[in-house]
Amino acid sequence: MGVGIEVSNLNAWYGANHTLQDISLRIPPNQATALIGPSGCGKSTFVRCLNRMHETNPIARVTGSVRIGDLDIYKDAKPVEIRRRVGMVFQRPNPFPTMSIYDNVASGLKLNGFRNRRALDEIVEKSLRNSALWDEVKDDLRKKSGASLSGGQQQRLCIARALAVDPEVILMDEPASALDPVSTSKIEDLIFELKTHYTIVIVTHNMQQAARVAEKTGFFLNGRLVEFDSTHKIFTNPSDKRTEDYITGRFG
Amino acid sequence: MATANNNTRYLLRDLTDKLASTLAVLATLLVIAPLVAIFVYLIYKGASSVNLAFFTQIPAPVGEAGGGMGNAIAGSLLILLMGSCIGVPIGISGGIFLAEFGRGTKIANAIRFTADVLNGVPSIVMGIAVYSLVVKPQGHFSAFAGGVALGIMMVPTIMRTTEEMLLMVPNAIREAALGLGLPNWRSVLSITLKTASPGIITGCMLAFARVAGETAPLIFTAFGNSFWNWHPNEPTAALPLQIYVFAISPYDDWHRLAWAGALVLIVLIVLAVSLVRYVTSRGVMKGAS
Ligand SMILES: Nc1ncnc2c1ncn2[C@@H]1O[C@H](COP(=O)(O)OP(=O)(O)O)[C@@H](O)[C@H]1O
Ligand SMILES: [Mg+2]
Repeated sequence: MGVGIEVSNLNAWYGANHTLQDISLRIPPNQATALIGPSGCGKSTFVRCLNRMHETNPIARVTGSVRIGDLDIYKDAKPVEIRRRVGMVFQRPNPFPTMSIYDNVASGLKLNGFRNRRALDEIVEKSLRNSALWDEVKDDLRKKSGASLSGGQQQRLCIARALAVDPEVILMDEPASALDPVSTSKIEDLIFELKTHYTIVIVTHNMQQAARVAEKTGFFLNGRLVEFDSTHKIFTNPSDKRTEDYITGRFG
Repeated sequence: MATANNNTRYLLRDLTDKLASTLAVLATLLVIAPLVAIFVYLIYKGASSVNLAFFTQIPAPVGEAGGGMGNAIAGSLLILLMGSCIGVPIGISGGIFLAEFGRGTKIANAIRFTADVLNGVPSIVMGIAVYSLVVKPQGHFSAFAGGVALGIMMVPTIMRTTEEMLLMVPNAIREAALGLGLPNWRSVLSITLKTASPGIITGCMLAFARVAGETAPLIFTAFGNSFWNWHPNEPTAALPLQIYVFAISPYDDWHRLAWAGALVLIVLIVLAVSLVRYVTSRGVMKGAS
């Protein structure tokens, strides 16, 4: 089941570059929340702060608090624990190239010491079904490498890999921007399915996509959260002039 | 007019293309020719002396016919095995440190610099160094000392290739692993290292092939032995050493054995490299991209 996310006064830096400034918002559970904004405004940095990936960069720094469910992720837990509860899908599909499809999906569990073969088989199948990839790959699970799939299939493989560790939240950073329209619509359909079980935060540069999949939308500009509201309100009647300018295509 | 002009231009381009291709092929031949020549010459000079006795017998005393290099082949295997057991783990761990943990730190730069210097140290100097570090304190020559010398010589090549191969692994792969909640060390060992393994194995094989033919570092360490020896703590024969001894001797018989020894050495190296490649390539998935 998904959990809510509560961000208060989040600030993030790359070296001296103050990339995120005083971000506060509440992301509701079991819904998709879209983050939009011009490129370089800090969307990726923001989602990377939600699973403590930001700090893997040696020049990066964070202050403020992020609560996921009842867990204050910067106070109460280690990064590896957070990242198991908060899965991530990246902009470019990044399956492990030397692993079979099966091992890609199983990697998160196997490499964390999970040894029950039969349970693993079940989880791999379930994850691939939930990422709508099962029918396309079920015959060569162990024969084919993850890298031999098409781009769209690779991205769904990465989603399956994230699902297999049973997270509560899934972060998607422009998951469809490197894909063709057909693959993109498959990913969007998938987001609809996934919402019932997970909380989804999706970064997108495609405003129609945000409007299609998300209940709530946040608009970022220059490291600040300008407006955060229901998707419908953001796209029909934004309260901030800058949001309106952006969604009507006047800049960005 | 225009077509005529185009035609000459086309001819000119075609000519340049052919010229460049020819030069490239010539250059390739120039590189391969000595290799083929050496191999052919070795077969010509040595193949006739390669027989069963060559692999099963020890060198015959001067004046007696026959004899072989069985003990030297065994000695080389023993020394190279010990050398690899020392050089491969140290080299790979060093490379992992340089690429994954020590990036940009002073100590990493110092290690990298030391490795590059070590790579340039003449092999005879390595022999003398191990002589004073291992042979002197122990009081006797040994296969182990030879293994140490060769092992140290393998380290720089393996370490630097490991580092370069790891750095070539895209950062997206590391992020994918960390994003699954894997600890960094696990991600390095099971994901990054595995992704880079074909290149790392090539590096190990290069280092192995290079030291397999080394003579100088063995003179003061393994020393040589006219008899069978499987004990790591005893002086031991080795193919390159035995080839050297036979080659500078005044006897025709021994000269022939030296040629045969050189041939066998090269074939053994090729076999070892192919075997490792075959074994390690199984079970590794190859991507289409
Ligand atoms: N690895 C990095 N090192 C230094 N600066 C970075 C790095 N990644 C992003 N930035 C900077 O942080 C800002 C926000 O980037 P990002 O979060 O990637 O924006 P978005 O995803 O909205 O396009 C940009 O100004 C960018 O230059
Ligand atoms: Mg981005």
